[in-house]
Amino acid sequence: MIEVKDLHFSYPTGLEALKGINLTVEDGEFLAVMGQNGAGKTTLVKHFNGLLKPTTGEVLVNGTSTKDISVAKLARNVGFVFQNPDHQLFSESVEDEIAFALKNFGFEEETIKKQVDWALNLLDIEQYRKTSPFMLSGGERKRVALASILAWDPQVIVMDEPTIGQDHQQKEKLQQFIMQLNAQKKTVVIVTHDVEFVAECNPRVILMSEGNILVEGKAEDVLTNPKLVAQASIVPPQITQIFLELADLGLPTDVIDVHEATKILLERLRRRK
Amino acid sequence: MSVFEGFKFRKVSSVIHNLDPRVKFFFVCILFVMAIMFTQLLALAVLFFIPLPFVFLARVNRQWLRSLRGAVLLAVFIFATNFIFGYFYPSSSIPNVDGAIDTPMEYFALFERAAAMTLRFVVLIASFSVFFLTTSPDHLGLALQQSHVPYEFCFAFTTAVRFVPVLADEAQTIMDAQKARGLELESGNFIKRIRNYIPILIPLIVNAIRRSLELAEAMESRAWGASDKRTNLYKLSLKRADILLVIITVLMLILALYIWLYIPIPSLTSLLFA
Amino acid sequence: MAVIETKNLTYTYPGATTPSIQDVSVTINKGDFVILTGPSGCGKTTLCRTFNGLVPHFYNGTLEGEITVAGLKVADHKIHELARHVGLVFQNPENQLFALSVEKDVAFGLENSAMPRDEMRKRVDWALQMAGISELSERPPHELSGGQQQRVAIASVLSMQPDIMVLDEPTSFLDPVGAEKIFEVIDDLNKKLGITIILVEHRLDLAAKYANKVIVMNEGTVALTGTPREIFTSEEARLIGVGIPKATKLYQHLKRQGVNLKAVPVTTEETANMLRELLKRD
Repeated sequence: MIEVKDLHFSYPTGLEALKGINLTVEDGEFLAVMGQNGAGKTTLVKHFNGLLKPTTGEVLVNGTSTKDISVAKLARNVGFVFQNPDHQLFSESVEDEIAFALKNFGFEEETIKKQVDWALNLLDIEQYRKTSPFMLSGGERKRVALASILAWDPQVIVMDEPTIGQDHQQKEKLQQFIMQLNAQKKTVVIVTHDVEFVAECNPRVILMSEGNILVEGKAEDVLTNPKLVAQASIVPPQITQIFLELADLGLPTDVIDVHEATKILLERLRRRK
Repeated sequence: MSVFEGFKFRKVSSVIHNLDPRVKFFFVCILFVMAIMFTQLLALAVLFFIPLPFVFLARVNRQWLRSLRGAVLLAVFIFATNFIFGYFYPSSSIPNVDGAIDTPMEYFALFERAAAMTLRFVVLIASFSVFFLTTSPDHLGLALQQSHVPYEFCFAFTTAVRFVPVLADEAQTIMDAQKARGLELESGNFIKRIRNYIPILIPLIVNAIRRSLELAEAMESRAWGASDKRTNLYKLSLKRADILLVIITVLMLILALYIWLYIPIPSLTSLLFA
Repeated sequence: MAVIETKNLTYTYPGATTPSIQDVSVTINKGDFVILTGPSGCGKTTLCRTFNGLVPHFYNGTLEGEITVAGLKVADHKIHELARHVGLVFQNPENQLFALSVEKDVAFGLENSAMPRDEMRKRVDWALQMAGISELSERPPHELSGGQQQRVAIASVLSMQPDIMVLDEPTSFLDPVGAEKIFEVIDDLNKKLGITIILVEHRLDLAAKYANKVIVMNEGTVALTGTPREIFTSEEARLIGVGIPKATKLYQHLKRQGVNLKAVPVTTEETANMLRELLKRD
């Protein structure tokens, strides 16, 4: 469990990026942190694994404050998948790449072998075991990076903008993957500005703007509030946009899912007949 | 390293910032030549004060002091080396009666000598620091180009400078990413620490290569190489203030030459002990 | 009038065993706004690079088939000659800006072409204005947001006044609001200046409303061509994995249940208007 208590954070340049955040992330949750570029989303989640330490306030991971633990120790429980896999790939083979963190954490040889096998299978990259990560395509490198984080089976997985540059099929696979992780009781936190992706997954959403949390709740409640959405400078999902346009006809406005939308419209039409 | 802070350009508008870099460079070089010409402490002390009005006019006081502060370590090293060397191998430049330093006067003379050598180094740092603090990199690149340095070099220079903050940010991100995989950068013995930087250096280098490939694509797509004669949006032209500085510099040099040739500068030792 | 025409275009990168694009035949007409899309690795990036000659001149490799751009045979002309007619904007805004001020970047292509200073000045100011970034002219690129940087990249290409502009996933790194701004600028260039646009995009929900033609590629070949409406309702496109906008999906779901809207919607406004009509009718 991650608890954020009155978190204020300012960068060394003086810029106040977080202005008093209060948040609890329960085990096994799926949380999406949304907001415009510069709202403080990435700054906030970097506190979860100690990359950033609070200026005032505190962040507790499983009851322990992050202030006095090193990033390496916190990383044991909180895996962080960076936006660009090329910021971490350096090994001669995919196998070595995945084993890197396991070695750092002091796992035993036997366990390392087991975990590497497991991670390769999980991300469907067993065929690249001995390949150099630099020889792989962009999408494959992303999977290697993800595998190397999942390898040590952290309880919490944070993903920074996982949908950028991904095509439609890759996004669908990602969605399924996150569902899988959730089913295994893993906590998943994603930072994203992809409203359609969030609308598909319907997680808990916190909407940030200028260092504050504007609102939090289920995606279908947060993304359908036109005032808040405008304040956070994000564009609501297409289905919501359509229903907001038709609000004067008495249709519900908290719709984000296309199937639900179809049902509502059909019902309305049948009622008229 | 704070000594580098003292050389980073800051975007402020001042008379000094607007001077032609070629003229400023000429001035700084002449100052350097004068520092080589004179070995007397008093003369070098005078030279040290020459950049000061420029520092104040350009309002770069704090950064300039930082560059001097950064040079302190090296200055102490130079002083110590000169002092120790001069003690064990007294030369004719230091007055000594019997080939060894034993009287207070001789000690002081040695001290003065070492201080003069140190001050020479400091004058160098002080004047070049003012130059770099008040000259924007693209001004510098433009000056190089107009001085007929081949365009490829000027372009490489300004592009490199443009990407310094980008690479610095990327290095930080890579460090964060690897720390988040359990990499401990602060612990371990010397050898282990060096090895721990491999996961930082490799992505940095690979990304730099990828980046330069993308840059090359963009350059080609914007007609790189279309013409041998390249024109420039900006042009450096000498203004009144530039001409004034040139005149000052030349006069300064003439005065220095005259003094060097005809006017013996007393040493501090002789003034104090005579 | 065709500005780009390819016939059986096939290209293999040096050292590769299979071609990245195979037997590609497309025609793009003057004033078109074309969206080029398809799953990752389908060859759209490679195809883009044939339009201005990076393929084959920069990458070498083997190019077979024919390609003519703005009346010039790509194989016979150097990249800088083609650059006068085709501008290419890349995905990563950071890696296309080399200079230390915005206007110097915008002037880069003109400087390369040895344009006289006065004319250059006018062109630079014009390009900055068209991209909506005149007030940023003296800023260094590192201080700008991703969206601003991309507009600088667009202005830098625009200053050379090409007839055709190719943009390879220009909004990848931008948030939806930033992406919208870019599309609006690109659309202006197309509708006001008549520049032919080829836009590689995954985010069809945002970009579709501007385009008059969509080319879908898959595994190195052209799988489908048509108007946005045709492509979005095509079963084949869905199977290939093209991201159909939700607005169109709603239309399809309703259709399957026997409810027909007047036409295939591509934007949320169209869908809302058609639904309004439908609901009021009864």
